[in-house]
Amino acid sequence: MSESEERVRDEGYDDFLDAVAEGEGFYLECPEGHGWLPPRRVCPECGATDLEEVPLPESGAVETFTTVHVASPEFVEDTPYVTAVADFGAVRLTGQIWDVEPDAVEVGLEVTPDVGETETAGERVLMFRPY
Amino acid sequence: MSHPRVSGVGLTHFGKHPERTGRDLFAEASERALEDAGVDRATIEQLNYGNFMGALSEHQGHQGPLMAEAAGIPDAPATRYESACASSGVAVREAVKDVRNGEADVVLVGGAERMNNLGTAGTTEALAIAADDLYEVRAGMTFPAAYALMAKAYFDQYGGSREELAEIAVKNHDNALDNEYAQYQKPISVEEALDAPMIAEPLGLFDACPITDGASAAVLVSDEYAETHDLDAPVALTGTGQGGDKMALQDRNYLARTPAAERAAEEAYADAGIGPQDVSVAEVHDCFTIAEVLALEALDFYAPGEAIGAAARGETTRDGDRPINLSGGLKAKGHPVGATGTSQVVEMTRLLRGDHPNSDAVGGEVGVVHNAGGTVASTTVHVLEVRT
Ligand SMILES: [Zn+2]
Repeated sequence: MSESEERVRDEGYDDFLDAVAEGEGFYLECPEGHGWLPPRRVCPECGATDLEEVPLPESGAVETFTTVHVASPEFVEDTPYVTAVADFGAVRLTGQIWDVEPDAVEVGLEVTPDVGETETAGERVLMFRPY
Repeated sequence: MSHPRVSGVGLTHFGKHPERTGRDLFAEASERALEDAGVDRATIEQLNYGNFMGALSEHQGHQGPLMAEAAGIPDAPATRYESACASSGVAVREAVKDVRNGEADVVLVGGAERMNNLGTAGTTEALAIAADDLYEVRAGMTFPAAYALMAKAYFDQYGGSREELAEIAVKNHDNALDNEYAQYQKPISVEEALDAPMIAEPLGLFDACPITDGASAAVLVSDEYAETHDLDAPVALTGTGQGGDKMALQDRNYLARTPAAERAAEEAYADAGIGPQDVSVAEVHDCFTIAEVLALEALDFYAPGEAIGAAARGETTRDGDRPINLSGGLKAKGHPVGATGTSQVVEMTRLLRGDHPNSDAVGGEVGVVHNAGGTVASTTVHVLEVRT
């Protein structure tokens, strides 16, 4: 996927990244309040099919994280980097933590999502900055 | 209900064999299984074969017929099962169902994986396809990183240390010392494990299974067939279970528990009419040290948060109450992904029937094998019992 210009968009996913980059992140919510990232037609928790776009909270809390030292070829020059799962209420997001020294990252750190570009492949990547 | 018997088992050496093709690896393992089974090749009715990344490592799809041909049964219906690291666990489960249903009396099951020809970076990339490509892989999540996220969540929730994880690696290396099929037949120390380079914190090199080439095979036969043909097949597959979960960690209800494996275990125990307390020995999917911890809790040998110290306390070592991974596990014996599920059945069969170098450590007649795919989005659990 080094020829990033030519990559066909992934509907839903790329729309989500576009929205996050604009500061207008969203997620899909079912009537029961279960949240998911697109594309999604059925709530895997309760089976509801009437999912609605709702705004993503501005910040979330790091729930778990790891500093990656051995990466796949697409990310070799990005190492070491921190990948984290952060809790945004109804949804969790997986992204890289930027602008913080790896040693300073801790569970509970408040972060806000954004879209960056990887060093190795120049691909878009979901990332978090301290909030 | 008639339980299928394991009438023969075979393995290749698990290790670094970058130049050996998948078809050659599987030919060797299946040849050994047939020899061990004492059944005529012509009586095999079908092949259930597990493989994960052959499309990437060997540019080879449609591996079912290719592997049947390699095993010398080109006309047999042959299907390749793919369920990440649980590929041949699923292949076994489907074979068990077919034998029980009376669809088949003699089935060859197995799996193979060629990995080392891709190198470390290539393998890291290939293994990552077991995760959610959009929301995990594109955020830089590797397979070790995913398990590191689970380990970190476990430590945070229940407590635990890198030392306790290292004890699991030390135990599994010790278990592999006499296993001629194992990739590593050398002991390691806790200090060595702790000093090894980090892969994805808190997991270091010695928390991870190696990159392995290898194949496994087993011949499953119906009870009736074993009896009619006077086969010496004392081990029966008496329980089978499979569980699923959402693909991405971020969408799971738990980050430090594996409900797919809990469901698979419950189903397999009920199927066999046993409970966790009846199990004397187990082979579990320790692709990373933390994975063994999660497996032991999912199998209900320990409550959540309790299994982290099991190896350090000596409960799961070869002299412990319930030895875990007497083969060396994925950690020391190796993890040729698509071969692993059947290889666990092979090792458990040898352990229970008494011809495994570690059979003397087995203190009962009921064993369990646990094979997990991805970050445990799919799992199979099987119960094996001595039935003379
Ligand atoms: Zn719902």
